[in-house]
Amino acid sequence: MRGGQGTAGARVLRFTNCRILRGGALLREDLWVRGGRVLDPEKLFFEERRVADELRDCGGCILAPGFIDVQINGGFGVDFSQAADDVGSGVDLVAQRILAHGVTAFCPTLVTSPPEVYQKVLPQIPVKPGGPHGAGVLGVHLEGPFISREKRGAHPEDHLRSFEARAFQDVLATYGPLDNVCMVTLAPELSRSPEVIRALTARGIRVSLGHSVADLRAAEEAVQSGATFITHLFNAMLPFHHRDPGIVGLLTSDRLPPGHHIFYGMISDGIHTNPAALRIAHRAHPQGLVLVTDAVPALGLGNGRHTLGQQEVEVDGLTAYVAGTRTLCGSISPMDVCVRHFLQASGCNLESALEAASLHPAQLLGLEKHKGTLDFGADAVILYKSHPTPVSWPALDARGVRVPHWRPHPSPWLRHRLCGAG
Amino acid sequence: MTIMRLVILDNYDLASEWAKYICNRIIQFKPGQDKYFTLGLPTGSTPLGCYKKLIEYHKNGDLSFKYVKTFNMDEYVGLPRNHPESYHSYMWNNFFKHIDIDPNNAHILDGNAADLQAECDAFEKKIKEAGGIDLFVGGIGPDGHIAFNEPGSSLVSRTRLKTLAMDTILANAKYFDGDLSKVPTMALTVGVGTVMDAREVMILLTGAHKAFALYKAIEEGVNHMWTVSAFQQHPQTIFVCDEDATLELRVKTVKYFKGLMHVHNKLVEPLHSMKEGN
Repeated sequence: MRGGQGTAGARVLRFTNCRILRGGALLREDLWVRGGRVLDPEKLFFEERRVADELRDCGGCILAPGFIDVQINGGFGVDFSQAADDVGSGVDLVAQRILAHGVTAFCPTLVTSPPEVYQKVLPQIPVKPGGPHGAGVLGVHLEGPFISREKRGAHPEDHLRSFEARAFQDVLATYGPLDNVCMVTLAPELSRSPEVIRALTARGIRVSLGHSVADLRAAEEAVQSGATFITHLFNAMLPFHHRDPGIVGLLTSDRLPPGHHIFYGMISDGIHTNPAALRIAHRAHPQGLVLVTDAVPALGLGNGRHTLGQQEVEVDGLTAYVAGTRTLCGSISPMDVCVRHFLQASGCNLESALEAASLHPAQLLGLEKHKGTLDFGADAVILYKSHPTPVSWPALDARGVRVPHWRPHPSPWLRHRLCGAG
Repeated sequence: MTIMRLVILDNYDLASEWAKYICNRIIQFKPGQDKYFTLGLPTGSTPLGCYKKLIEYHKNGDLSFKYVKTFNMDEYVGLPRNHPESYHSYMWNNFFKHIDIDPNNAHILDGNAADLQAECDAFEKKIKEAGGIDLFVGGIGPDGHIAFNEPGSSLVSRTRLKTLAMDTILANAKYFDGDLSKVPTMALTVGVGTVMDAREVMILLTGAHKAFALYKAIEEGVNHMWTVSAFQQHPQTIFVCDEDATLELRVKTVKYFKGLMHVHNKLVEPLHSMKEGN
């Protein structure tokens, strides 16, 4: 797909001496870019009779699409669920800082909050394209308040709600206008959830199941009504049971609408999920895995007390708890660490790990034509992984300019594995 | 010197190394802005090794295609240009994307042109305007055809539309998931006469399945049922083959030409390089 008329005259960049992630494989191919989009060089050669204007030698690096994080509550001291007057600059700060983790597009996530907070905050987080200034905002992910009391996890009990009275009208009354919303997490066992799910889906909003005690039957009904995602699989839901697998059973359910499969988020920070559980889920349904950070405002801040929604959290090393308890409340592992941890824990190949953080979230959000891939016509948002010493994932914008990056996590075993893999 | 040379190498890889011949011819020609070297090119599995070697010489800085014009032999009719089995795709993936040729100088027949005969006539005209072909590299089908000049083609034919023989369709099926219904039945091809007009012709053939065709091409008479035999009447043709391709030849023929290898090798040793400023 060519860019618009205006890009036909734009400079053609050719990244060479690299391997690119395309079609589930790392191919020894050059990547051609024009006007911020990935270009088909064969078409350029035979139809426009043109060659590249500029050649960039990548020194044997791997080029991958930017990561997409569909569940991130804040970071660097910014809490998206805080009703501030200038939410926009907080979002911008996070957007800029997560580039260093390889995240080039994200869904700012709001946890269970009172209606005033939603109505103040939502209008301040519009969908916004990314660039060298920061990752793009794809839409807000609303996690709660229509969730289960028993499985609320870190969400404040006082602000939980139901929509059994007026179904979708209750949803609108709580959140206000949904223009900037791209995903809602809810518990399908709540009364009238099928009609709410259908109403949300009809507006192009993805529905995710989470913080729920639903059995498999209720979960399947929710998927038949239009739900397509599971929020942090295993966490805040009933454990898998062999006679009622619960929400986890959706991974292998035979009752899903034909041609559809379920996507499921996993926090692979080494804390929220045991590696064996990660492997079971991945092996059962590799195409549906979406890596998320579920990062809290404490991301990037270090040990101590910080705010999350209407609550206080305590950070201790790589773990964040609800202050005064042992309840986990989100992770503080950056996306590139999650990808590397998943790679190591699952023993999968690098291509699968990369797709779980790029292609799959793009598919979940219906954006895979332009995002999460390096296919022709996609937005040229590229991560550059040097080889053989794997460091962090500085993001290249479409001009191939490397944006400033965060210090790498020392992970010697990963270094060895990534050398071997690629 | 007007001679037919038969160069026999031990195996496919050594035969492919005779890409050195093409390299030397281009460099000795001293191509430049006012003097382009015109090269005719084939597709198929036989020349793949040869293309790889040419790319290697290019990547080493020994050979540039900046002042080379290419004319491919053929292209399927009705196959989209970006279909993985089109000859445009073949040439892009196996050659053009790895070298520095100007896209305006890479000519391939358009099998989706509105007026196919006009497309063929235009191709002939382009060859003429380029000053004719200096070296036409080709392959040979198991039925002895050159390009898509199937048995029965006129030996003075020009670029035109051809219906493919069943042998060819069967041979091509492996590139279309073994499904005969997916294989194109028509192609645009340069004629035997078109290739005969080239100042020099190099035919690559390897493998036992080509042996009978080689026998018919050089040990029997000129015959339109084995169109490659036409090159017996070309002033400068070189056949490059491996041992297996000689299996149907008389021992005497093979011994004679093997005995000339010391002469043949002078054509490729030394391997020239543009680095020397030749």
